[in-house]
Amino acid sequence: MYTSTDFAKLQQWIARTSDSDVHSVLNKKKADIHDLAALLSPAADKFLPQMAAHSSRITQQRFGRTTQIYAPLYLSNLCTNRCAYCGFSADNTIPRRKLTIDEAEAEARILSERGFQHILLVTGEAPKAVGVDYLEELALRLRDRFAALSIEVQPLEQNEYRRLFKAGITAVAVYQETYDRSIYDQVHLSGKKCDFDYRLDTPARAAAAGMREIGIGALLGLSDWRAEGLALALHLEWLRKHFWQTSFTVSFPRLRPAAGDFEPLVLVSERNLSQLIFALRIFDHDVGLILSTREESRFRDGMVGLGPTRYSAGSCTAPGGYSNPELEGEQFSVGDHRSINEVSNALIAKGFDPVYKDWDKEFQVESL
Amino acid sequence: MLTIADTRFTSRLFVGTGKFSSSRVMQEAIEASGSQMVTVALRRVDLNNPQDDIMQALDRERIHFLPNTSGARNAEEAIRLARLARAASGTAWLKLEVTPDPRTLLPDPVDTLKATELLVKEGFIVLPYMNADPILALRLQDAGAAAVMPLGSPIGTNQGIKTAMQVEIIIEQARVPVVVDAGIGAPSHAAQAMEMGADAVLVNTAIAVAGDPVRMAHAFKIAVEAGREAFEAGLGRTSKTASASSPATGMLNANLDFIQN
Repeated sequence: MYTSTDFAKLQQWIARTSDSDVHSVLNKKKADIHDLAALLSPAADKFLPQMAAHSSRITQQRFGRTTQIYAPLYLSNLCTNRCAYCGFSADNTIPRRKLTIDEAEAEARILSERGFQHILLVTGEAPKAVGVDYLEELALRLRDRFAALSIEVQPLEQNEYRRLFKAGITAVAVYQETYDRSIYDQVHLSGKKCDFDYRLDTPARAAAAGMREIGIGALLGLSDWRAEGLALALHLEWLRKHFWQTSFTVSFPRLRPAAGDFEPLVLVSERNLSQLIFALRIFDHDVGLILSTREESRFRDGMVGLGPTRYSAGSCTAPGGYSNPELEGEQFSVGDHRSINEVSNALIAKGFDPVYKDWDKEFQVESL
Repeated sequence: MLTIADTRFTSRLFVGTGKFSSSRVMQEAIEASGSQMVTVALRRVDLNNPQDDIMQALDRERIHFLPNTSGARNAEEAIRLARLARAASGTAWLKLEVTPDPRTLLPDPVDTLKATELLVKEGFIVLPYMNADPILALRLQDAGAAAVMPLGSPIGTNQGIKTAMQVEIIIEQARVPVVVDAGIGAPSHAAQAMEMGADAVLVNTAIAVAGDPVRMAHAFKIAVEAGREAFEAGLGRTSKTASASSPATGMLNANLDFIQN
């Protein structure tokens, strides 16, 4: 079982970096975890254009001039957790809604008609209302329409992940939110999510169940983003060692305006986010890096090819919002409002190929 | 410190016992090497004879005894040898060697994996000798191998780490110790393996057939220590052109004007 390193220790580790450390890391063939600490340091900020060039070269060598495209499909905003930063938090008075299987399928049909072949099914944490039975039934309905189905739902047990894998779900995203244990306790006020260690062990359970791809991440705006990056990389490194047949992706969602009156505990600028993305790419050449519609179109367009490998597009974060755009009850408000076609055209204009299909359901040998 | 199956080793040099001119020279060379892990071919010793000259030359109080199945052509033969060795010597440690081709003595990946799976289930601590195939290393690790022993080049060739690219991948991915075995012909090869991040090296021929095996054993000892220390200290990168030691001029820059805050 993975145990996380003390957050303060990671911060001290990063703080020890000098300019010459950063310079020498940028001349290395391969960066290790110590080098990553240097790249995340304040000293590395003045090297940002060099880091970007390095990250860009690695990214295009490994992934080519392509960017994968997906869309989230919000199934339910019911939630039993109280999390200070989240629009779905049980305390918030937003219209609560859980899509029926038919409604969810109708939403999916809209995404499919818009050209999406990879969708991410998202829910809050309300296992009685939106549990494995529901997700399994929905996956079986959707599997023939899409090339790939991912989930971002409450942490599940290994046998539950196994069931969903057999039903056609091949990827699981579960973000630790923050690797800073004291902040974690402070922002998770009640509900099952309060258990830091159970959540930390979740990617390993999903990987052990046979999922093809595991997404991990940290919310930016809760604690020191530099140490979050290092903690996340340590987690990634451990997961790679233990689940060498699994692919991994990383997300760094910056906190967006949401229901409730939560203000980010720390401000993370676009420049900071860029440094984090470049540093992680230089550390891990193969990890998929996701940049969602939380970020504005100007920033997303600028970042094409520099490190990220997957973009969401045309996202709506309220359940039922694709059929009915006026619907309230969103998780957060997005920063990039463009449609899939607009995002694709922006990629093409930069000389990149938008990739909609990068998987096929026929790979799935074991199924229900 | 190096730990294999909960046993700690301060020395990262493992030595073999074949090809020495006498058991006395072997004993002195082992002493000079500082090694704490010595491998012995089961076909060369009589474990049931307390007077066996190789076994007598090993101080098992200080030196970990690692029997090997050298000569086995398939999984079945290796497993049989392993069981006999455990019964006679009391050790569950085993360097698994399955080499069907007597000319190259290259290890058979299929039977090595098969034997590892079975021997681990029987409670052996298995260190398989293998070609430098990263996926095989992972499969052996998943099967429960206590370490993996990729070859640098074919055994006895003194050619050094010809498999460097593959060994680097193995080292990067493995969660069990990686011991570079076979082909290490000079202390510089051993140092290179250690600089790459190998956990240990195993040397036999280069010591046993040297002009002065005892001095060569000592040379390997200090080379392994130097290589390890260099790895831990963090090696500088190589470059084809001269570079001044002052900061970044001439590095590639990306345009980041799109960033607003």
